[in-house]
Parts: sequence; C-alpha cells; structure tokens
Amino acid sequence: MIEKALLKERFVKWVLIAFALSSLLFLFLIFIFILAEGLPLFLKVGVGNIIGGFKWAPTRGSFGIFPMIVSSFLVTIGALAIGAPMGLSCAIYLSEYSGKKTQMLLKPALELLAGIPSVVYGFLGVIYIVPLVRNYLGGSGFSLLSTSIILGVMILPTIISISFDALISVPKTYREGSFAMGATKWQTIYKVILPSAKSGILASFILGMGRAIGETMAVIMIAGNALKIPGSILDPLRTLTGNIALELSYASGDHRLGLFSTGVVLMVIIMILNYIANFGIKRKIAK
Amino acid sequence: MRRINPRFIDKIVQIVFNMQAFFTVSILIVIVAIIFIKGFPYVNPEFIFASPEDMGRHGGIFPSIAGTIQLALLSILFATPLGVGTAIFLTEYTRESTFTKLIRFGVESLAGIPSILYGLFGFIFFVIKLKMGWSLLAGVLTITIMILPTIIRTSEEAIRSVPRQLRIVSYSLSATKWETIKKVVLPAAAPGILTGIMLSIGRAVGETAAVIFTMGSSLRLPLSIMDSGRTMAVHFYILAREGISMEKAYGTALVLVLSILSINVLAYYVMHRAISKYS
Repeated sequence: MIEKALLKERFVKWVLIAFALSSLLFLFLIFIFILAEGLPLFLKVGVGNIIGGFKWAPTRGSFGIFPMIVSSFLVTIGALAIGAPMGLSCAIYLSEYSGKKTQMLLKPALELLAGIPSVVYGFLGVIYIVPLVRNYLGGSGFSLLSTSIILGVMILPTIISISFDALISVPKTYREGSFAMGATKWQTIYKVILPSAKSGILASFILGMGRAIGETMAVIMIAGNALKIPGSILDPLRTLTGNIALELSYASGDHRLGLFSTGVVLMVIIMILNYIANFGIKRKIAK
Repeated sequence: MRRINPRFIDKIVQIVFNMQAFFTVSILIVIVAIIFIKGFPYVNPEFIFASPEDMGRHGGIFPSIAGTIQLALLSILFATPLGVGTAIFLTEYTRESTFTKLIRFGVESLAGIPSILYGLFGFIFFVIKLKMGWSLLAGVLTITIMILPTIIRTSEEAIRSVPRQLRIVSYSLSATKWETIKKVVLPAAAPGILTGIMLSIGRAVGETAAVIFTMGSSLRLPLSIMDSGRTMAVHFYILAREGISMEKAYGTALVLVLSILSINVLAYYVMHRAISKYS
C-alpha cells in the first residue's frame, strides 16, 4: 500500500518534470525550425545582400530587407513617441492622483484595451485614421503616421500596467520624506518617484517596443506596404512582420525561404529587446 | 526673473494628468462604442446562426463562430494540463535552481515571441513538415504553445498565494504530496487558474496572424480536426481587407469584441473574488 503510494508520487513528479520541460522544447522547436528554413538563404545569397539589400524581388533572386528593417524601427519609434508619454502620464495619474476606487475601476478597464484584437485596431485605423491623415495632411493616408498612431494606442496597456507597477512599488517613505521637506506633489513625482521607478518605466517602454515591432495584422492594414524606406511620415511602408504575413500564403521555393529569413531577423531583434527589458526589470528588483 | 509659484505648477500638472487619463479612457470608450453602434444593426439571430453565402457578402457567420469555439476550447484542453503541471512543478517540487531558471527563461521567451512568428513556425512545422495541412489541429497546436506562458504565469501566482498552513495541515493528516496538491492546493488556487484560462481563451479568440497560416481560412464548418476552418477574427480580417462587405465586417467585429470583452471581464471578476478571499 505504502509502496504503491510512493510509486505514484514518483510517477507524478516525472510527469510534472516532463510538462515543465515542454515549454523549453517548444521554444527550441520554434528556434530550430525558423532557423532551419531561414538560414540557408543567408548562406546562399549572402548576409549583406539580405540585411543590407534594398531590393525585395524574391521571385527574381533579390532578397533585400533593409527598407523593412528601417521601417519596422520607424513605426516602433513612432508608436513609442505617441504611446510612451500617454501611457506614462496615465500610470502616474493612476498611482499618484486617482483615489483607490478610481484606480480599481480604471486599471482593469485600461487592460481591456489589450484584449481588443489587432485586426479590429487595424480596421478602425483604415476607417477613421487613414482618411483623417489623407484629408488634412495629404498623401494616401496609408502611412508611417497612421501606423504609429494605431500602434501607439495598442501598446498603451503594456506601458501603463508595467510602469504603474514600477511607480506603485516606490516605498511610501520616499514620498513622505519629500513632502516633509516641503516639496509639492509634482516636485515629489518629478524629483523622487520617477527617478526611483526609472528602470521599471524603461522596461515598460522596451516591452512596448517589442509589442509594436511584432505587431502584424493592424500594420498590414494601415501601413500601405510599399517596398521602400519612407521619405516622410506621410509615406507608406512595409515592416518585417508585414512582409511575412502578406506573402506567406502563396510563396514557394526560395521566395518562402526569404520570408523565413525575414522571420530570423525579426526573431533576433525581439530577443535583443526582451533581453534588455528583462535585464532592466531584474536590476529594479535587485535594488 | 520671477519664479513661478510651485503650488501653481502643481495645480496645472494635476489638471494635465487628469485630462490625460480622461483622454486615454475615452479612446477605449470610443473604440468600443464605434464597434457597438456600427455593428448593432447587423447582428440578429440569422447573422449568428446562418452560414455565409457568396464569400461572406450575405448570410451569417455561424461556421466562424463554431470554428472559434473549437479552436479556443481544444487549445485550452491541451494547454491547461501542460501549463498547470508546469506551475505545480515550479512552485511545489523544486527550489529556485539553474533548472527552474532555465524553465522560466523558456516561458518568458515564449511569452515574448510575436504571433506572426508562431504563425511562421506552425506553418512550417505542423502544416508542412508534419503534413497536417491547413487544419484545425495545426491551429490548435500552434495556439496551445502561444497561450501556454499565460496559463503558467497565472497558475504559478495562484498556487503561490495559497497559504502555507493549508499544506501543513494536510501533511499532518498524513496526506502525500500529490494528495495535498490535488485535494488542497489546486481547489484553493482554482479561481486564479481559471482567470488564466479565461484570459487565454480571450487571446485565442482574438488571434489572427498565428491562426490564418495554420488553420487556414476555409469558409466551411470544420467537421474533423483535419479540416481547415476560419475563426471570427480571420473572417473579419478577410471581410475588411478585401472589402467584401462593410456591414458584415462591422457585425462580425461586434460579435468578436463582445465575446472577448465578456470573457475578460468575467476573468477579472473571478480574480477579484479570489483576491478578496485571501486578504
């Protein structure tokens, strides 16, 4: 009887270890299969001709994705320019100005923004933002600006919830000390709270960037998908994610491999961003 | 130069932050309001229970609703045991070590991968290499991996918040570790785990990029796991992008957003009740 129970305990433990290892296995599979499809073309065409190449004509042997790399960074910076100030000030409002009740109501409500699917954001962008840009600023409206606006809104939940956590974890004694010195609320926020929460806020920006650069469906609906580096904020552009999503369903042969090479570049960028964000968060906790 | 009174600045700043928060909340309200107002006229029983005709120009969206439910529930079926099992292992069976750090690294990395890369992986691995073709099964397996980190994180948090005393009492009654977990820890952590499951369902329902390249976009109702099908999100995307029908697109968007919002609101409600129970 006891032996049977012990056997069962041991069995359960091994099953759980196997389950825990599955995440690592999946990560490994994702890496291996995207690399296995994406790397051969780097060797065949040359790393420089892909990463530094300007021309994307995959059916005629040109696999340059430099304009898309630049475009991906441009929309990400654009999204951050809109989402970061809005998100951070919203987080400051929630942690420093609003009452407990407002906080309890607003925080989950804002997190619901994250639940709205990206296709819906893209659709609303096409219907409302694109015509607005076209009519008042010119161009086709499918542009860097429109994409940045929509992505800026889409990364708000990430920025708000992570920088809110950073702000709220600043010890109460810091605030009290500052008030005791006769500082006003804004002086306290600006000189004491923000500097203490700096790394968490930075991490929220970087995770927001990761979300923006990985966003696909909303982007292909509003970016215009043109194959060149945009010359102004009103020009259309194509991102790395957009390139994959637009062509994967019909690509074959080297063309398909080219899309996996695009995926490899995207994966490397995301990994670097996540590493920086995690490093920032760890430092905050260590402090 | 005259110094501006700091108290005056303080007042201005407060007004600015209030306005800013109000603005951000109004964006949310406007988005939801547009979808409701524009979509409401087109949603009726026929729209929900009829099949689409002429690529979705007429008729309803029933197959895509069914496809969405199939995809979400089957993914949860696979991801829940894997995710909760991982969480149990991380909280109950080990101390912090290189091994747990490695697993945590795996989970964090999976959480950071954008959905298009899941689509790319699911396409090459499940659809092509394992020869599943565009099918419900390929979609389910891809989404399972994608939602796994959410389930692991929320379950871990829920299991950690179960008071130690409960475990000690159970051990003192000579229960084994697994009995304690099964009969004491898991029931106490159930609401938190449920929250994670519901948030994951919400994510599966709203996902497009990872689904469209694995499950495909067949308009027919998938009758077996090897059939292709489309979810509401994919259907909505195709309607909107190819300009097939604005009316049907708005209607689909309303059903889609309403389902996700209600699932998420329910998830927060369950979480809130669970938190107030222990504090």
